[in-house]
Amino acid sequence: MKQTTILPGQLRRHILDQSKRANVGHIGSALSIVEIISVLYSRILRIPNPKDLTRDRFILSKGHAALTQYSAFYLMGWLSQETLNTYCGNGTLLGVHPDNALEGVDFSTGSLGHGLAYGAGSALAARLENSPRNVYVLISDAECNEGSLWETVMFAAHHQLSNLIAIVDENKQQALGRTKDILSLHPLADRWRAFGWDTVEADGHDTVELTRIITAFDKSSGPPHVLIAHTTFGKGVSFMEGRLEWHYLPMSDDQHRQALEDLGEGP
Amino acid sequence: MRKAFARTLLGLAAKDDRILLLTADLGFMVWEAFVEKYPKRFFNVGVAEQNMIALATGLAESGFFPFTYSIATFAALRPYEFIRNGPIHHHLPVRVVGVGQGHEYGNAGPTHHGLEDVGVMRVQPGITIIAPADAEQVCTAVNATYDMPGPIYYRLGKNDSIAVPGLNGRFTLARAEVLREGDALLWVTMGSVTVEVAKAADLLARNGIPSTVLVVASLNPGPEAELADFAKRFPLVITVEAHYTVGGLGSLVSEVVAENGIGCRVIRRGISSMLSGVSGDQNYYDSLFGLTAQSLVELANQEL
Repeated sequence: MKQTTILPGQLRRHILDQSKRANVGHIGSALSIVEIISVLYSRILRIPNPKDLTRDRFILSKGHAALTQYSAFYLMGWLSQETLNTYCGNGTLLGVHPDNALEGVDFSTGSLGHGLAYGAGSALAARLENSPRNVYVLISDAECNEGSLWETVMFAAHHQLSNLIAIVDENKQQALGRTKDILSLHPLADRWRAFGWDTVEADGHDTVELTRIITAFDKSSGPPHVLIAHTTFGKGVSFMEGRLEWHYLPMSDDQHRQALEDLGEGP
Repeated sequence: MRKAFARTLLGLAAKDDRILLLTADLGFMVWEAFVEKYPKRFFNVGVAEQNMIALATGLAESGFFPFTYSIATFAALRPYEFIRNGPIHHHLPVRVVGVGQGHEYGNAGPTHHGLEDVGVMRVQPGITIIAPADAEQVCTAVNATYDMPGPIYYRLGKNDSIAVPGLNGRFTLARAEVLREGDALLWVTMGSVTVEVAKAADLLARNGIPSTVLVVASLNPGPEAELADFAKRFPLVITVEAHYTVGGLGSLVSEVVAENGIGCRVIRRGISSMLSGVSGDQNYYDSLFGLTAQSLVELANQEL
């Protein structure tokens, strides 16, 4: 299967340009998962085409970062520039949160605490069908506030769903502040470990490390896997990094120009 | 109806290996035969209804027909958002099976009383709702619908010994079944309380007041056209359900009557509120809310 390489810089460029064009926010959350999405679509996911029933499944459970996924679809050749340019327009398939009516989106998300369970069901289905497909779910750190998530964490460990891989985007930020101030998740990795998951931590912006860890997971036997990816909210744009307001704000023209300069790209 | 449902599903599972059964740790003396025959197709997910529905969504996306089972309140209300965002939004064949119509769980108290499950499902256009009246109708209805596209809510009664005289298991999707015929008034009913309505109609007929009884087991799609045709022929329609009078069958009939400009009166007999500070068995509650044959006869005599 031919693999397309998606560079993090390309994703960031599209995220910034589309957010600016549509005049919308959620930019900080989209930027923190860029390397994770880059690695998944370039190196990990086995998707001969988005309609292939034997494909690996990927669920962006933190659906508010859908723009990163749309940008990846564009770079994979699944989405035209014309369609990408409809992001957040009226009548578009590309809303703020992903809708499975869009080819490439396996499950619609937006309400936190759903995606991991969809993934566990999908992983269980693969096992029942003796299919080698794997299921990847990207969740946010604040999503670990949701009780439903821990229902699934218990289920997946109990049934040893080794073909289920969760990635936590640990960007330390949630809607009204820092996760440590709102509802502490500490010690997050130990909590997953205590629930029986194979738990690894990594720098969520290190594509080599992310690739190595996810590739090395034993997906044929043993417990489910979680990669706690330590990331920076707004990664790559100096004035957005770790700043809550970039969960909400659209960019001004000057800010857009500055953001592109931070990426090393002119407007 | 639970055991009839279990027997029906066991039969269907033999011919359709896409059927899976998930329970949130309920079903003692209900699912043993299924578990014994299909241990790899049965999952007790633990007391975790939200996870159960979302798991089923993931399973259904891969082509399975997962049946999820619990008491009606736990099956329909606890994971309601998951039902909405999962199988309804994705149009996937998840089956939500809720047990306990109205006060069938009597002494267990209000947490176990299925008062509004049909109502909350009816506001979602994308889910089929089936509420059978007795065990035989369960078998027919489940056989007729189990592999339909999209999600289904099955509202089951606890009692397997109820048999509605004259119903003979008849079920057609989007249709009502005629149980008695007479011109004094029209009863419209759903679920196991149908047996009381049939008794009331028979008592009235013996006293020279013949009435028509329509049984609605298919709430969505509902038998709107048929209900309108019948309602036009009667001055008085009484709906009877072991459910809040808001949101369920009474609301459906009222909507049909109003939208068609039909001139009949509609009286909704059902459950008006969730009681606290009192407890009792099903008969106790049914007497309080007038869901017995005798109180239905009194209601008809009073209103005619």
